Amino acid sequence: MKSPNEINEDLLRPLFRTSWRFFVAFIPLALLVLAACGAFVYQMWSGIGVAGIRRPVFWGFYITNFVFWIGISHAGTLISAILRLANATWRRPVTRCAEVITVFALSIGALFPIIHLGRPWLFYWLVPYPNERSIWPNFRSPLLWDLTAITTYLTGSVSFLLLPIIPDWAVVRDKAAGWRKRLYTALALGWRGTPKQWHRLETAMHTMAVVIIPVAVSVHSIVSWDFAMAPVPMWHSTIFAPYFVAGAIFSGIAGLIVAMAFLRKFLRLEEYLQPIHFDNLGKLLLMMVLLWLYFTISERLTTWYGNQNDEMAVFWLTQRGSFAPLFWVMVFCNFVIPFPLLAIKKLRTITGTAIASSTIVVGMWLERFLIIVPSLAHKYLPYSWGSYRPTWVEITITVGTFAGMGMLYLLFGKFVPIISMWELKTGLQKSFVAGRPLSAANARLELVTGAEIDATDR
Amino acid sequence: MKAVYGLYPDPDSAQRAVDLLRDANVKDRSIVVLSSEPFDAYEFGRRDHKTVIPWLAALGGLVCGVGAFLFVAFTQKAYPLPTGGMPIVSLWPNGIITYEFTMFGAILATLVTLVTTARSPRESVRLYDPEVSNGKILIGVVNPPEASWTKVEEALRSGGTTSVVHCP
Repeated sequence: MKSPNEINEDLLRPLFRTSWRFFVAFIPLALLVLAACGAFVYQMWSGIGVAGIRRPVFWGFYITNFVFWIGISHAGTLISAILRLANATWRRPVTRCAEVITVFALSIGALFPIIHLGRPWLFYWLVPYPNERSIWPNFRSPLLWDLTAITTYLTGSVSFLLLPIIPDWAVVRDKAAGWRKRLYTALALGWRGTPKQWHRLETAMHTMAVVIIPVAVSVHSIVSWDFAMAPVPMWHSTIFAPYFVAGAIFSGIAGLIVAMAFLRKFLRLEEYLQPIHFDNLGKLLLMMVLLWLYFTISERLTTWYGNQNDEMAVFWLTQRGSFAPLFWVMVFCNFVIPFPLLAIKKLRTITGTAIASSTIVVGMWLERFLIIVPSLAHKYLPYSWGSYRPTWVEITITVGTFAGMGMLYLLFGKFVPIISMWELKTGLQKSFVAGRPLSAANARLELVTGAEIDATDR
Repeated sequence: MKAVYGLYPDPDSAQRAVDLLRDANVKDRSIVVLSSEPFDAYEFGRRDHKTVIPWLAALGGLVCGVGAFLFVAFTQKAYPLPTGGMPIVSLWPNGIITYEFTMFGAILATLVTLVTTARSPRESVRLYDPEVSNGKILIGVVNPPEASWTKVEEALRSGGTTSVVHCP
């Protein structure tokens, strides 16, 4: 059985040692991010006309990315909060990986409305303050609701991520020397680990979990209302809010599994991120695959049965028109590939869940694109129909944000233990408390999975 | 500051040491417990369990929610936009902003309460040993009376520590 000291050594290794693998991963990602920054500067310099958005499709890749990344952000804080409140013991090695995704995905997502602005340097006009135009922003606008919702969710998610890191930073403080010691001494905020501090921390986390779940649901509901409040064919639907929330959780879990599979190999965390974690998350993902299918069929069936001309124009455009290839690729990525991989127990391995999750991430990006562009391209009056083709600027910025996500994740892993050490140790302690001696292998299993080992196996 | 402490490898021996210190008439407020993980299953890990965090979070939410509603409503009245005959102060959209700020207030109140209450004034005496990070549990006594110094040391040793450390 691993001692607390060995857990420290395993999980602090990436903080104190930088292998060549880090640079091999980091440099290409950083170059892609630089390319995206260059494309954005070029867009600012030349004007928004260098992007592919034209009348009538004023929302293209940028808003697709906005909705997609906000969706991915549902992986972390929401799932972590639910698992905390449900006291799911297997969550311990997973929660921090998930919470980090939320913070970075939300930050990246929130950049896109600014990138999308014709004059991004005026983004602060979105903030409610009396300005030189003598008006205040319109509080009835869903875009302003977005601002408040995303700000609240980001504040909550950052707090939810940082609070349980403080005890781990205290451990790093005690192990480090030189500039690292000074840095982590400041970050640990004088943490010592008194019973009072532990109790306050756990109560705060519990309170935060209760608050953050309805906030997470509201965020993606409000993002859906950016669309559903507008009288645009196939947008003006009451199903949009739950459809978006379900889709967000769906893509979020998929994103989490991809990140965990990557971390497991890259940081050599095989002993901590075990097949049972992927199996449990795979089951959750399977439920979301079915829920996604249910929502998609409900939405499509209602539109088809209503048979309104304007809606049917968009409907057929995606079923058998110019957007049909993307639609059927989406169905393939979101259901046909992942369903057997997740439903058949033998296939629900680490590789199986990682493949299913990767296709879902692609499928969910396509879904966001297919919600936005076909409806805008085919609104009510045929004379205003148009098309959309992304330019290299939009594609570069899109690719750059995916690289940015990977890069931020790598950097985070260099400064913070990617698995919560004190929560892992608490799992270890619980088996002692029960007064049951464990074999080394079973103790390890119980530590990381929370599964209780039967007395006969001891 | 004068202090004496022992490091314990497991919570059972730490609990024993705390019990023995109490038997030696050391008051609870003089006993310091430090660990690298919470020990809620043990009595020594359940000290100072009363907290107002959930209540203050609710209060923070209430204050921020009411403040947000008033802010939005007064703004809409002060700078009325053309609404085509619809109400200037519209409850549904304002409700969304009020809801978000209520949650924002609850989050901020939780954070502020945690930071301000996690330390108490008497913790100005900061006893610590980096071995706590390696899983050891520190049980110590701050400023024990001279007369009971030996008793305290004896209690700490009987608890199961290998060595008793004196500060300074």
